[in-house]
Amino acid sequence: MTDTPLSTPRRFRFERHASTILLVSAVALYIALIIIMGQTRFLTLENLVAILGRSITLGITAIGQTFAILVASIDLSVASLISASAVVTSVVMNGDPAMMLPAVLAVLALGAVVGLANGLVITKLEVNPLIATLGMSLIIQGVLSYYYNNFAGNVPVEFQVFAYGTVGIVPFSLMFMFVLAGCAWFVLRFSRFGSDVYSVGGNKDAARLAGIKTDRVVIGAHVICSLCAAIAGIYLASRLRSGAPWIGAEGVYDLESIAVVVIGGTVLAGGRGGIWGTIAGVIIFSLIDSIFNVAGVDAFVKQVLRGIIIVAAVAFYAARSKRPVA
Amino acid sequence: MSAQSLPQPTAATRRLPRINPVYVLVVALILAIIVMNPAFGEPTGYMNFLKRVTALAILSAGALYVIVSGGFDLSVGSIMTLTVIGSSMLASNDPNSTYWIIPLMLGIGAVIGLINGLVVSYLKVPSLIATLGMMITLNGVAFMWSGGAPRGYLPDTFRFFGRYNITDIPVISLLPIAVICLVVFGVILWWGMHRTNFGRMLHAVGDNQQAARLAGVPVERVRISAFVVSALTAVLAGVILGGRAGVSVDIGSGFELQAITAAVIGGAQLLGGRGSVPATIAGALALEAIFTLLNLLGLAQPVRLVVQGLILIGAVAFATYQRKRAGR
Repeated sequence: MTDTPLSTPRRFRFERHASTILLVSAVALYIALIIIMGQTRFLTLENLVAILGRSITLGITAIGQTFAILVASIDLSVASLISASAVVTSVVMNGDPAMMLPAVLAVLALGAVVGLANGLVITKLEVNPLIATLGMSLIIQGVLSYYYNNFAGNVPVEFQVFAYGTVGIVPFSLMFMFVLAGCAWFVLRFSRFGSDVYSVGGNKDAARLAGIKTDRVVIGAHVICSLCAAIAGIYLASRLRSGAPWIGAEGVYDLESIAVVVIGGTVLAGGRGGIWGTIAGVIIFSLIDSIFNVAGVDAFVKQVLRGIIIVAAVAFYAARSKRPVA
Repeated sequence: MSAQSLPQPTAATRRLPRINPVYVLVVALILAIIVMNPAFGEPTGYMNFLKRVTALAILSAGALYVIVSGGFDLSVGSIMTLTVIGSSMLASNDPNSTYWIIPLMLGIGAVIGLINGLVVSYLKVPSLIATLGMMITLNGVAFMWSGGAPRGYLPDTFRFFGRYNITDIPVISLLPIAVICLVVFGVILWWGMHRTNFGRMLHAVGDNQQAARLAGVPVERVRISAFVVSALTAVLAGVILGGRAGVSVDIGSGFELQAITAAVIGGAQLLGGRGSVPATIAGALALEAIFTLLNLLGLAQPVRLVVQGLILIGAVAFATYQRKRAGR
């Protein structure tokens, strides 16, 4: 280790603040760019809300993904689950306001079943989580596109309030995302399940020896992850007014949610990280998009830069880690 | 360790020779295809099948190097796309261009692999994220290069490797160049993985990185080389696939996951330490055979996805079960 005495109480914990540093620098860059370009009309509260509002699907998905990654697992099935949830939402509702509650319940049940299946395959059959959820993703996508190949059903106007309704200038959906994040934070910080999540992710064998039922914790994390993806699908259906079997894959929500979680400082190996880092990661992502838009970057160049930024942001704190990486 | 602490592998527990189940699977699938479609037994039938599987087989064998070293390479599909798009942009219908385009593409591939390896080894970015970023970047580069829609097409000299058949050969009557490529590169990759010091170090790094380092393995160099091999095979696979299928902007998408699937069916252990090149190639054959079979059964693309998913989970679950039963 380093020659800094470890007992120094005020030692700067870089890892703990890395996501904040990234977020602050992204904000600073954004503001600096706006001032340089002389487009101060973007510096309004409405615009800030608009920036945040663009990444609600990703945000909700990433909150769930945080749980999966914290237990040293991963979920690649979220994108196709989002598509499936959106399609089920709009097909079950089919324009009828009376079917709103049954549709939401059906989708949540679907999410719970998928999460349970993921968790059981990973813990009981001991399949690598990457493969298990990738397989699940293919299965969901296959079943979904067997029955639907275009926008199906439609969402009643009453339900579109979820995506379009606002209090003042703040959309319901944005508040919902932050409430969800708050709940997730509360669970991780104060509940027994939350501390179990960190223990299992940190060292599974030690957690088992300490009497934690590790399988149940992993299954629980996957159920939460899939439920969040299902909710993200409901939101997307409400925003697009209908669901199609490709909308999840089109948004690359599986890989982007993982990237956001990792940028937020949650370690892929599990056991370290948290919800607010993830939210910071989501905001960083949408800020980067806005920076590109303000600067008028070409769509393809945008994609190239995006790839580089994901790697650079992760390298930003991973480079200091002394642990071997996979 | 002393000899007495190691359990002696007794001959009695090994009544049957230990055959990797993937070979049984391939034979069974091919027999099933022949039963359903006797034309498959003809040279045109199985040679076309092998021709179709070549790109994936070479790609998977290369991707196996990274898997054995304990990582993932998600960028291979985008390297294939970049190879096809880049070649078609550079070739501009000049048949003589092939002779410098393919070496150039291999050079680009080597650089991409080097970057992947350096980022993973020295910046300590998990390979999943590093190669994912590379995938997004390269897809963007391919789009930028082509301006969104590919122009030009590949000259016949370039398509030679993926398309051309040598005809009038006794017994097998026709032999696609792609199949020769499959054999040549398959043997080279087999040799590199199973008959060299490098291959042994690769297994050591994937099994236990710290132990390998303490034993004097240059861990960083080995991991970087694995990524370079993977990227180079992706370029080769791109050349062959482009030759067979022509130019399109999403030609390589999905191949990264198929390559991992093929390696897993072949018994490779994710996160490193175990894997075999011939079994991986057999895994690629099995995957393609399953798709062929589903086509023969008249099942549509969606069913293909479901079956691929089930096989993926099934193969890994089976391998874990076997390992547990063997007490390892």
